[in-house]
Amino acid sequence: MSSTRVVVTGLGAVSPLGLTAPDLWAGLRAGRCGIRRIRAFDPTGFPCELASEVPDYKIQDRIPRTWRKAVKLMCRDIELAVMAAGEAIAASGLITKGIDPEKVNVNPTRMAINVGAGIICCDLAELAPAVAASTAQGQFDIHKWGREGLELITPLWLLKYLPNMLACHIGIIHDIQGPSNTITCGEASAHLAIGEAAQVIARGDADVAVAGAAEAKVNQMLMVRQHLLQRAVATRDGDPETICRPFDAKACGAIFGEGAGMVVLESLDHARARKARILAEVAGIGYSHSLNPVYERLEPDGRGLRFAVEKAIADAQIQPDDLDLVIPHGTAVPEDDLAEARGLEAALGPAAGKVPVWPTKSMLGTTGAASGALDVVAAVRAIVESVIPPAKNFSRLAQGCRLNVVTKHRAGRIGHALCCSYTFGGQTAAVVLRAFEGTT
Amino acid sequence: MRTPKTKERVVITGTGIVCPLDNDVEAFWASILSGRSGINRTTIFDASTFPTTFDAEVKNYDFRVHVRRPQLHAAASRGSGFGTGAAAQACRQAGIDIETPEPADGIDRTRMGVYLGAGEGAMDHETFFACIFAGWDPHRQTMASEPCTRLAFTRMTAAYELEQEPNMAAAHVALLAGARGPSRSCLTACAASTQAVGEAMMLIRRGDADVMIAGGAHSMIHPLGVTGFSRLTALSRRNDSIETASRPFSGSRDGFILGEGAAILILESLTSARQRGVPILAELVGYGSSSDAFRVTDMHEEGRGAVQAMRAALADAGLTVQDIDYISTHGTSTQENDSIETLAIKAVFQERSRQVPASSVKSMLGHLIGAAGAAELITCVLAIRDNIVPPTMNLHDPDPKLDLDYVPNVPRKMPVNVVMKESFGFGGQNNVVIVKRFT
Repeated sequence: MSSTRVVVTGLGAVSPLGLTAPDLWAGLRAGRCGIRRIRAFDPTGFPCELASEVPDYKIQDRIPRTWRKAVKLMCRDIELAVMAAGEAIAASGLITKGIDPEKVNVNPTRMAINVGAGIICCDLAELAPAVAASTAQGQFDIHKWGREGLELITPLWLLKYLPNMLACHIGIIHDIQGPSNTITCGEASAHLAIGEAAQVIARGDADVAVAGAAEAKVNQMLMVRQHLLQRAVATRDGDPETICRPFDAKACGAIFGEGAGMVVLESLDHARARKARILAEVAGIGYSHSLNPVYERLEPDGRGLRFAVEKAIADAQIQPDDLDLVIPHGTAVPEDDLAEARGLEAALGPAAGKVPVWPTKSMLGTTGAASGALDVVAAVRAIVESVIPPAKNFSRLAQGCRLNVVTKHRAGRIGHALCCSYTFGGQTAAVVLRAFEGTT
Repeated sequence: MRTPKTKERVVITGTGIVCPLDNDVEAFWASILSGRSGINRTTIFDASTFPTTFDAEVKNYDFRVHVRRPQLHAAASRGSGFGTGAAAQACRQAGIDIETPEPADGIDRTRMGVYLGAGEGAMDHETFFACIFAGWDPHRQTMASEPCTRLAFTRMTAAYELEQEPNMAAAHVALLAGARGPSRSCLTACAASTQAVGEAMMLIRRGDADVMIAGGAHSMIHPLGVTGFSRLTALSRRNDSIETASRPFSGSRDGFILGEGAAILILESLTSARQRGVPILAELVGYGSSSDAFRVTDMHEEGRGAVQAMRAALADAGLTVQDIDYISTHGTSTQENDSIETLAIKAVFQERSRQVPASSVKSMLGHLIGAAGAAELITCVLAIRDNIVPPTMNLHDPDPKLDLDYVPNVPRKMPVNVVMKESFGFGGQNNVVIVKRFT
């Protein structure tokens, strides 16, 4: 088998810092914070009323006219995914049916899609009339539900909330007919999806892939879940600007949010043949599992994360010293940050104290499945621009961590960047991106 | 990314199942060959007023029988509990040590991974509905958040909430086996576990793992799950003759029967299986994935995506349609699937389409959604072992437009060496794998 190199040729992002990848990067460079008081619903009753929400948008303006009728079948997760994918494809210079049906320049059967998704909670108000019709004297009556309530639910209700619909809508809009998958591994989903898509190309099953993830976590039920798991910030009067502090001594928990990040991956040959602008190369991928009976936490020594990082570095055929940037998962849940730091320290060895570490969740919050995708978009921009912005809300390293969290703006070539992630449940993943060497 | 010089051959060395027909592979297979139905009146919740009052439930199952440390899985959702038991069975058959803290099976745990097709756990609908009701103003038709939030905080529990996450089935299986290799979970609706097996095979071929615990675990038998499928008019409403309600390819088919369960296969590189000296059940030789890119509500009229997935799997296996002895269909018993699947088989198999038997065990098993493909793939492995093709039961009034050999009502003894397994998901994600007698 000949080695097929896989490169990144397009970026798309919908994030708390804006509706496009350039907005995301400009915000991160400026150290802007996307965390605010929750607007999606009245957050009264939550221990913390903050979240990182995407700015207002009109979905009708962001999708092709031919697919606008499908908007009623899209939950917010799907909308975010569709917007980011559209941006990434347009930026890559590929012309799909969804960009311009008259000028398609890519073979649909050689395009793959792999989208990470979270669990999607249905819209409460949408179910409420059916619930109300099935409730008597404050008690839910399943007989009434079966007879009357059920009929009040719109026939295509289920399709709106199936996690695989993110990939399906994007696939339909852009006529993507090749391999299609939906990774549902919580906050590790994006790196797993991007890694798998790169391997689909490397093994010759596609020339191009749209990969990434999206999730809209700013929903009452999903936010309650994160509070019950004691991951969310639980203080009422924190300043949104400074509340989320990954790896900082004063870290006090995660802020949850929403977003979508997508990349266009392409075999080097395909990208060269069409003279595409190559932004970076996918150099290495690693996966493992954190085995902790306390499923919602990374195991204390970070071993499952360490193995993923070691494998990604080995896959890239580099040494830890070759890394010029690490974007960690860094949620600001203190136990998880410490475990992640230990895992990274073990994987990077002596280089751990030197390689710049730049957490992004102080600005973006934890955007569920999308987290890792926004980090990959950020890492590619950092490589392209040879810049690492300072970590926001970081002043003193949390006790026990020995990472080199960047405190000052750094300019200089980034040869390799590592992004890593883990999730409740234990799946871990790491991706090494390489500055593209060579001519297009 | 490194690319291996040679592709590893991938073999199957273990199988395990928890499903409506039985919670043991041999008993399950005996049920399939005797044409028994796993379909029953719904008992998990009171569905007596629902449009469909029956389903295919797992019966008499206790995961504690299967695992060494049941306390690790005590909070598991129904689907994850099934997955844990099926994985334990499969590991034992493959000689994977899940009994001792320091396993003595010679498998490097960083090279043993998990890949499941799995869905979300059932939500506690009574609590969820109570929260909604607490916030709903029926006169203004608006939701007030605060009462809903406050009730949610008092009634919901951390463990139950966590176990609803779709990656938790794989988490339980990883912990059970100590697996630290690649770990993934996908949810491509009804095609998920076939995809999981296919992608797990690719991880071994690429050299990322020696052993993969692959398959599916899912239960959507809860009021909201049943409601969702019922509103899509996907479920059979044959409440008066439930045991014969699942009748794929028949003229009177009226929908699928929602099932639940888990099915796990141990995939292993041939090198590893030989080193360990374990029996090889079959070889996995081909995988193809595609998407319809058509509509979220319907399959492509000509089965374009299904055709592409079948062709991709054949190409991957280096085989032609002449080599396929049996097709294990998706065969859901819905009007749409069975018609379009037939068209797609004809498009790919051409003149051979009428000679190759194509049956659906969903006629007995029901539709295990995320776990369906892996459960059916186990029947393919056994079909090869025993040289027998399982039947499509309840096929007494063939649809005149559907004219393949669906192996009606009785199993067929015949040489079976190569089998194609098809799975097609809602939304248009299609996956096909090919399994072959190991020689």
